[in-house]
Amino acid sequence: MFDLTTIRKDFPILSRKVNGKPLVYLDNAATSQKPQQVIDCIVDYYSNYNANIHRGVHALSQEATDKYEAARKKIQQHFGIAKAQEVIITSGTTHSINIVANGFSSLLTPGDEIIVSQLEHHSNIVPWQMLCKRTGAVLKVIPMNQAGGLEMDAYQSLLSSKTKLVFVNHISNTLGTINPIAFMTEKAHEVGAAILIDGAQSCSHIKPDLVALDCDFYVTSAHKMCGPTGVGMLYGKEAWLEKLPPYQGGGEMIDQVTFEQTTYAGLPHKFEAGTPNVCGGIAFGAAIDYLNSIGFDSIAAHEAELLSYATEKLLAIEGLKIYGTSKEKTSVISFNINGIHAYDIGTIVDKLGIAVRTGQHCTQPIMDYFNISGTVRASFAFYNSLEEIDVLAAAVERAKMMLS
Amino acid sequence: MTIKAIQEELIEEFAMFDDWMQRYEYMIDLGKSLPLIDEENKTEERVIKGCQSKVWLDAELKGDKMVFSADSDAIITKGIIAILIRTYNNQTPTDILNAKLDFIDEIGLKEHLSATRANGLTSMIKKLKLYATAYQAKLNS
Repeated sequence: MFDLTTIRKDFPILSRKVNGKPLVYLDNAATSQKPQQVIDCIVDYYSNYNANIHRGVHALSQEATDKYEAARKKIQQHFGIAKAQEVIITSGTTHSINIVANGFSSLLTPGDEIIVSQLEHHSNIVPWQMLCKRTGAVLKVIPMNQAGGLEMDAYQSLLSSKTKLVFVNHISNTLGTINPIAFMTEKAHEVGAAILIDGAQSCSHIKPDLVALDCDFYVTSAHKMCGPTGVGMLYGKEAWLEKLPPYQGGGEMIDQVTFEQTTYAGLPHKFEAGTPNVCGGIAFGAAIDYLNSIGFDSIAAHEAELLSYATEKLLAIEGLKIYGTSKEKTSVISFNINGIHAYDIGTIVDKLGIAVRTGQHCTQPIMDYFNISGTVRASFAFYNSLEEIDVLAAAVERAKMMLS
Repeated sequence: MTIKAIQEELIEEFAMFDDWMQRYEYMIDLGKSLPLIDEENKTEERVIKGCQSKVWLDAELKGDKMVFSADSDAIITKGIIAILIRTYNNQTPTDILNAKLDFIDEIGLKEHLSATRANGLTSMIKKLKLYATAYQAKLNS
């Protein structure tokens, strides 16, 4: 049973005060808060079995290795991945994307095309621009529409035998739009292109089944789903991961080393050079356990209620406009009030203890599309309450009075 | 009036308010008296770019004193730049470069010094001082 009072008690930070007011944390799309279970896991690791993994024969090293590999299994099972070696534990989404972008350097020739969407985060645009610069490939962009969705007709007309890779986020960080990734995967495959999906914004809301989805790569960050920062994952189909060259050289990723030649280790170690974030990986597993103990169906149901309540409350404020009105969206609301700068609203509501994000949200192309300098973004998680939305709406109303 | 005396005056003015809301309202009011930069001067080289809000800042020399004008698209930011300009206006470049700004914390605007406010006080002060350095060099040449 979904019991919000109990759930909120799992998150120590939710009981602190900010500027003398109870914290209302509505910046979940930037990072999620951590439950005691995850914090305990981190403390337990450093208190009881901190060791370097995969090499030591001593007990601590074996214990840490077992826990780390068990976490990989949890990630595998959670995301519906066929094999554990298809799970590369990385430092996060950006790292994961760069592994793929770097790997494609050797697979592309001038004139090849990469398709990205207009809804992408800057970190999802730059690696591809760099890749195009290195290889002579061309970057194509799927346009968005007023509702904040992607134009699927345009997408299909961009696809051709020249397309080598399609890159799209599962959910837009700025607008909350859920993109039709199953359809997009199918269409990419029809022209023989690979597809990489950025799950950074979806992992806390949706439990994907990657085998059923059939995408070639999927990336995400643990910190968006109640885990620690500095750890994330890259899923790639085994055949793809075998094909891509290693990204970084170092320990862990090698098989034989002589000064003449080095042979690389097999998957997943080929992409895990150096001592990994052992604690982070294990805590990532603990975060997955935690979320599953609540259940993604319950999470989705509660977040849907938060979204519809917040949408209604905010739209009742005169002059407030919501950006991102797709029917398929998660609990993210980006808005502006007529004539008032987002930064001003953010500054005032911060004084009232509310954490929202203001600005471009690292998505300048979306801001350019709407011809705005930024928005206020409130993003809700399963531990947020309807009362917190009342506090937000009252604060925005107060800010509006002060600022107009 | 020296920069130090202006700072003391600002501290006194802000001390009249008990809570942050009144302070912010006063700051927004101060923004309304900001000497505005001419629209045609809102150029790339006069902008202080940030993720959050835009600030345009211009300076000229009248005699040996600096005269500033500015604008911002956000009104709280406009208030902040107005406070800074009030502190630095009609001062010599040397006095501006030597001045210590210690009133920010005292008037309850400490959070605007935070690194997350990429376009906050710090970058504005830097730009103001950049103008002062340039004009100081010009005066000395």
